[in-house]
Amino acid sequence: MPTPRVKIPAQAAKGEVFEVKTTIDHDMESGQRKDSAGKPIPRKIINKFVCTYNGKEVFKSDWAAAISANPYLSFFLTATESGSIELKWHDDDGQVYSASHAITVA
Amino acid sequence: MRKSVLAVSVALVVAAVTGKALADPPFDPKDPKMAPYIAGDKRSGYTFAEPETRAMQDDDFTNPGFLWVEEGKKLWSKAEGAAGKACKDCHGDAEKSMKGVGAVYPRFDPHVNSVLILEQKINQCRTERMKADEWKWDSKPLNAMTTFVKHQSRGMPLAVQADGPAAPYFEMGRRLYLQRRGLNDVACKHCHEDYWGQHLRTELLSQGMPNGFPQYRLKWQTLGTAQKRIRGCNEEVRAEPYPWGSIENVALELYATWRANGLKVESPAVRK
Repeated sequence: MPTPRVKIPAQAAKGEVFEVKTTIDHDMESGQRKDSAGKPIPRKIINKFVCTYNGKEVFKSDWAAAISANPYLSFFLTATESGSIELKWHDDDGQVYSASHAITVA
Repeated sequence: MRKSVLAVSVALVVAAVTGKALADPPFDPKDPKMAPYIAGDKRSGYTFAEPETRAMQDDDFTNPGFLWVEEGKKLWSKAEGAAGKACKDCHGDAEKSMKGVGAVYPRFDPHVNSVLILEQKINQCRTERMKADEWKWDSKPLNAMTTFVKHQSRGMPLAVQADGPAAPYFEMGRRLYLQRRGLNDVACKHCHEDYWGQHLRTELLSQGMPNGFPQYRLKWQTLGTAQKRIRGCNEEVRAEPYPWGSIENVALELYATWRANGLKVESPAVRK
């Protein structure tokens, strides 16, 4: 089970722009490789990343086969209200890896 | 006329050569930022890396090697095997008990009367104390635990012992280091002692200092140990790699690590 690592400030001033840094350990198997017996290794990548801020979708990105293993992603959000930031990584096999982070906006 | 043509072509060649040199990652030995990565004449692979790769290593968050450190931290307190023990039950807090351990391996182990690398010592603990199965070479848990243990010595200078009972292994390592191998008929020392700082095709040759292992290698898209890298080097010179944990590969790791004595442990480092 991949474990996400997330770095988000615990506090922010209202209107402040802060950075969300994420990384997750995942092989991102492209589907282009073959195993030692010559059989193709099926594709298994994270194909979608979604970030919600208090239930509202604020950032979304579709990923393709050329994304590296253990993908690192960073983006910026504006602090509007206290609450939780939910991050979800959607795998090809239907699994969803998630992380949640509380933020206090003063 | 002919002379001026020659002069122009010489100028072009000089321009091509300096142009190539400019493409190398910047390195200034007097730069205080580089000081932790230099010990006397020895230079860590960090000083040969591209600035972007260095930046990845500088920030523990962007360094993907920390995914293995965190995995190792979890495994440290996980009980496994018939004895029902975890690493933690004997060794306590890894931050204290494992500090400095990574800096002295590979090391002579009197119980097995041989030199062991860290991976082998971990597996020895698992089979003898925990009564658990050995972790496979290059498996996620073995690499994670090795990285976690070695990471506790980050910033400490390598101090591997080459004399005393380790001497025969060290001599074997030195012999293998100087021995030509494979279709390309080169030895470790040709790249890493004689021609470091020069190019092998587009590759900038480093001094081959293993102070950052286990390291995340962008080419591998994963983390690997010195054992894997030595095997990779052998493949690159078109030689049959020594098996994982074989006496040859262990002796080579001992000699290569001894060469880096004095350089600080960087595990987990990030390299190209």
